[in-house]
Amino acid sequence: MSDDQDDIILSELSDDDLVLQMQDDLYDGMKPEIIESVNILLERKWLPYDILTKALVEGMRVVGDDFRDGILFVPEVLLAAGAMKGGMSILKPLLIETGAPRLGAMVIGTVKGDIHDIGKNLVTMMMEGAGFDVTDLGINNAVEGYLGELESGKYDILGMSALLTTTMPYMKIVIDTMVEKGIRDDYIVLCGGAPLNAEFGAAIGADAYCSDAAVAVETAKELMAKKHNQVGA
Amino acid sequence: MKSQLILACGALAREIQALIDLNGWDHLHLHCLPAKLHLYPDKITQEVEKAVLKFRADFDTIFVAYADCGTGGGLQAKCAELGVEMIPGPHCYSFYEGNDRFAETSVDEITAFYLTDFLVNQFDAFVWKPMGLDRHPELRDTYFGNYTKLVYQAQTNNPDLDAKAIVIAAKMGLPLERRFTGYGDLEVALAAVHPT
Repeated sequence: MSDDQDDIILSELSDDDLVLQMQDDLYDGMKPEIIESVNILLERKWLPYDILTKALVEGMRVVGDDFRDGILFVPEVLLAAGAMKGGMSILKPLLIETGAPRLGAMVIGTVKGDIHDIGKNLVTMMMEGAGFDVTDLGINNAVEGYLGELESGKYDILGMSALLTTTMPYMKIVIDTMVEKGIRDDYIVLCGGAPLNAEFGAAIGADAYCSDAAVAVETAKELMAKKHNQVGA
Repeated sequence: MKSQLILACGALAREIQALIDLNGWDHLHLHCLPAKLHLYPDKITQEVEKAVLKFRADFDTIFVAYADCGTGGGLQAKCAELGVEMIPGPHCYSFYEGNDRFAETSVDEITAFYLTDFLVNQFDAFVWKPMGLDRHPELRDTYFGNYTKLVYQAQTNNPDLDAKAIVIAAKMGLPLERRFTGYGDLEVALAAVHPT
């Protein structure tokens, strides 16, 4: 966004200006600057949760919006994600220490036969940024892998990703197995990936199809709120 | 004079024309949609539908020379609705190798990145630049880090393409396997489009 990055001394900016600058730097994928700014705000006694939400998540929201609107493309989003990851690597342990609010826990993975993980990694990062605890099972996950992890009992959400027309049907195998074992309704099941759509998500019995990482976050929040309301009712 | 239209992905243009010339399939007319549609698979179905509706009055039959190509079954459903045939299989890597064979071998080859003659020739335009790797080479491993080999499925024996494939493999940081497939099930599918 800014062309005069070299002239800016981050430590001399006011808090408000630094937060705006961080959002710009995130947009431009400037990982070292994000790391420096996170450390500056920590030195200024900012709460890790505030740094995360006000600077990083807000910055990624703009990135997500511009991606959706065709202003930014995948390479730029990946660079922004890389910058956010740099900030998150500092904040993550501090968020746990300081008891930042958690919205729920998710286990996520790319399905069996598929090694594509760019979308899944973006979802993981955005979900963590939004306050979810996320366990990433990586790529090429068989049904046993997903279910084995769910057995720990600490998860609210299962996320599955696939990029290939040939691998996306595997999601149904996972969900059908959950139904067989009587655990399907214990979890919110989200699915995503380029060849999927809402009809596919509904057809395989997922709770929702998420077209991108930002949608995944919003959907997860919405369904978690609904789940809590049901429990409370 | 009415005859058969092959409505094809631009990435197959050279190969289909070669097959028409080779086999003397003069009843087949070729019209291609832009190969760049592959960068936006969600648009393929609607563009194919538009073209079928545009050309259907001018030809006895239309054959859609696309496989599923990332449309998640959408193209197959649309072709069925329009009453036109298409190439069976998930994508060109599969039908070039032969769908049956690919279905067997690909299970053990999920970490292979495939290129065809077309993609070797157009690698920069269709892979490297759209992924932003010309501007951000540091993203290479983000994109290709999970792959363990590059499989060049050769439709023709062309030393120039072989040389390009070697350069591409080095650029991607992957070992190269060259595999001659010829035209595979593409030829089988086109041969079934008979003159009326």
